[in-house]
Amino acid sequence: MTLHSKPIMIRTIMSSLVLSVGLLGCGKEQPPAKVEAPAPQPLIIKIGSASPLTGPQAHIGIDIRNGVQLAIEDLNAAGIMVGDQKATFELVAEDDEANPTKATTVAQKLVDAKVAAVVGHFNSGASIPASKIYADAGIPQISPGSTNPDYTLKGYPTTFRVVAHDGQQGPTLARFAINTLKSRSIAVIDDSTAYGQGLADNFEATAKELGAKIVAHEHTTDKDTDFKAILTKIKGKKPDLIMFGGIDPQAGPMIKQMQDLRIKARFMGGDGVQTPNFIKLGGAASEGAMASIPGLPKDKMPGGNEFLAKFKTRFNQDVELFAPMGYDAVQVLVAAMKRAGSADPAKYLPELKNTQHQGVIGPIAFDEKGDLKNAPITIYVVKAGQWEPLEVIQPEPVAVAAESSPAPAAPANAVAPAEAPAAAAPSAPTAVKK
Amino acid sequence: MDIFVQQLINGLVLGSIYALVALGYTMVYGILGLINFAHGDVTMIGALVSATLIQLLHAAGLPVPVSLLLAGGGAVVVCASLGFSIERIAYRPLRNAPRLAPLITAIGVSILIQYSAALIWGKQYIALPAIITPPSIEFAGAQINHLQIAIVILAACIMGGLIWFIHHSRMGRAMRATEQNPAVASLMGVDTHAVIAMTFLLGSAIGAIAGLMVILYYGIGHYFMGFMLGLKAFTAAVLGGIGNVGGAVIGGLLLGIIESLAAGYIEQLSGGLLGSNYRDIFAFLVLILVLLLRPQGLLGQRSGDRA
Repeated sequence: MTLHSKPIMIRTIMSSLVLSVGLLGCGKEQPPAKVEAPAPQPLIIKIGSASPLTGPQAHIGIDIRNGVQLAIEDLNAAGIMVGDQKATFELVAEDDEANPTKATTVAQKLVDAKVAAVVGHFNSGASIPASKIYADAGIPQISPGSTNPDYTLKGYPTTFRVVAHDGQQGPTLARFAINTLKSRSIAVIDDSTAYGQGLADNFEATAKELGAKIVAHEHTTDKDTDFKAILTKIKGKKPDLIMFGGIDPQAGPMIKQMQDLRIKARFMGGDGVQTPNFIKLGGAASEGAMASIPGLPKDKMPGGNEFLAKFKTRFNQDVELFAPMGYDAVQVLVAAMKRAGSADPAKYLPELKNTQHQGVIGPIAFDEKGDLKNAPITIYVVKAGQWEPLEVIQPEPVAVAAESSPAPAAPANAVAPAEAPAAAAPSAPTAVKK
Repeated sequence: MDIFVQQLINGLVLGSIYALVALGYTMVYGILGLINFAHGDVTMIGALVSATLIQLLHAAGLPVPVSLLLAGGGAVVVCASLGFSIERIAYRPLRNAPRLAPLITAIGVSILIQYSAALIWGKQYIALPAIITPPSIEFAGAQINHLQIAIVILAACIMGGLIWFIHHSRMGRAMRATEQNPAVASLMGVDTHAVIAMTFLLGSAIGAIAGLMVILYYGIGHYFMGFMLGLKAFTAAVLGGIGNVGGAVIGGLLLGIIESLAAGYIEQLSGGLLGSNYRDIFAFLVLILVLLLRPQGLLGQRSGDRA
């Protein structure tokens, strides 16, 4: 890196082309040295997109890339001014194959391509290792779909996401279980993975706070298919709800075995359960099961229907899942660039934290960790063999029926308690209402 | 009490499946002194083949019992020929090679079968649509469904039949002779190659039935499922005394019941220190204890050259 940094730097300055992204990427040693080139040329801003474009998750990754592409085309058509230059946006799309190792390679490639920002990755396992590379290069990264809490807990100032994380999902499920379903005694099962156990533990902590009794916390693995023993044990404790932190290959057989054992309790899970596969595996037993998924149902998003139509016209394809998040990620990045009058990450990154944007998925603002503030979560229920939205929940902090004022609302999970995200206040021209 | 009975039933069903798979390990070990690592994967093939066949036959409009029977038959044929081919291709050429060589090919065959299955069925979970919903009955406060009863009874019949076959048929006698001393048996006119092929054939066919049971019982399978099942069954075989058919049965049932009870009561027994995720500790603790006190396993005979 350092070996190459000099010649590249010289060339960059000489040609006085675009910006300092490359400089930042290559030679972190002297960030103050970069001066914005006062050239009159049109400003070309490269936006990176990283997601799985091949393999079993390709449909989700391509969806994200298409969302990013649509945003870029919209912005170019609108003719955005950044500073006093007319900006042209370019997409640099990379395939991380949902593979952590490939993700770091791709991240380095994007850094070397001097992108001003990256929208990606999709998998938490890819986003987390890649985040270090972007952080070292000072390039902002907004993940459209990674929900592992650890992603934003590394302390990098460049790491953001526009989706609720599991730490928000667990407490939200707990509030739903206790306030809406009136559950009083709950059994928790997790699959001993980072995702499943995290979700279950977060759920349990909030449920206890709210006064529910956790009658059992059982563990299985993400390979097991026999849950009869732990379910039998749970049956003896007579809970009115069973919450499972894990994914559908376990949840499906589990709900079947619950039925076999005549367990009357309702069943609830996180986004790993909210899949068509769960219904296929669980069969008739899955009826009435509930699961949450971060974000709003596609057609319930504030800009949803318009976006779905636009997306369909452009790509002749329906939105899969995370395209609106990818679209909004680009929009919020550009909003920050406009406010900073620069596409130089060093300049607009501080602004990104204070930017509020009315996106397709709803109002977007980040807390001090880079997580989406007030990320909504939707609870679904299986009805007649289909997942149907049941209720949308804003993970506002517990109690205090606070009338929504734009700024406060600390993240629902009290990982870092009472760190007032006061930063958001000054910048907001449009009040965030929900 | 009803919870205890339910755990016993859970364990009995699980144990019956372990026992069937364990038979395959123990028969091959008894005769060849070889741990056939591919056996768990043969069971997996049995499960996936029957899943596919049940879906196909059900879609073709056949009544459920007929499609189950045909699917089971198909799985048995596929697995028996697979077992036969494995022996013929991977083990027979190494019959007189050092012990380590067939062990390595066994691991190789296991991986080969797994990834062939991944190619054929894909790497995702294969789900069996809920075409049978067995009615359940209540017994001492516990729920038992007809499928569970069928699994236990069928497993018992197969095990009993196998033991009878080994002790009362001509081929069984040849098997026992080969087990005791292959060289002498062949001098006495026993076609040891045929006997060994027969052993693989039988073990794999029983494995296919176990696979069918697994797919019916859990409704889900994938290309990697043979690994854990194989490991548990192998443990059961060692527990009962590897090489001993009756031992495999007892080991399998014991392992299933220990696992179920451990998952149910480990938390109470350990004062909340260990959760149900540590249930395998119990199973393997029992294994270690048995091996320390009776290295040959519960029913195994102490033999000079095999340990």
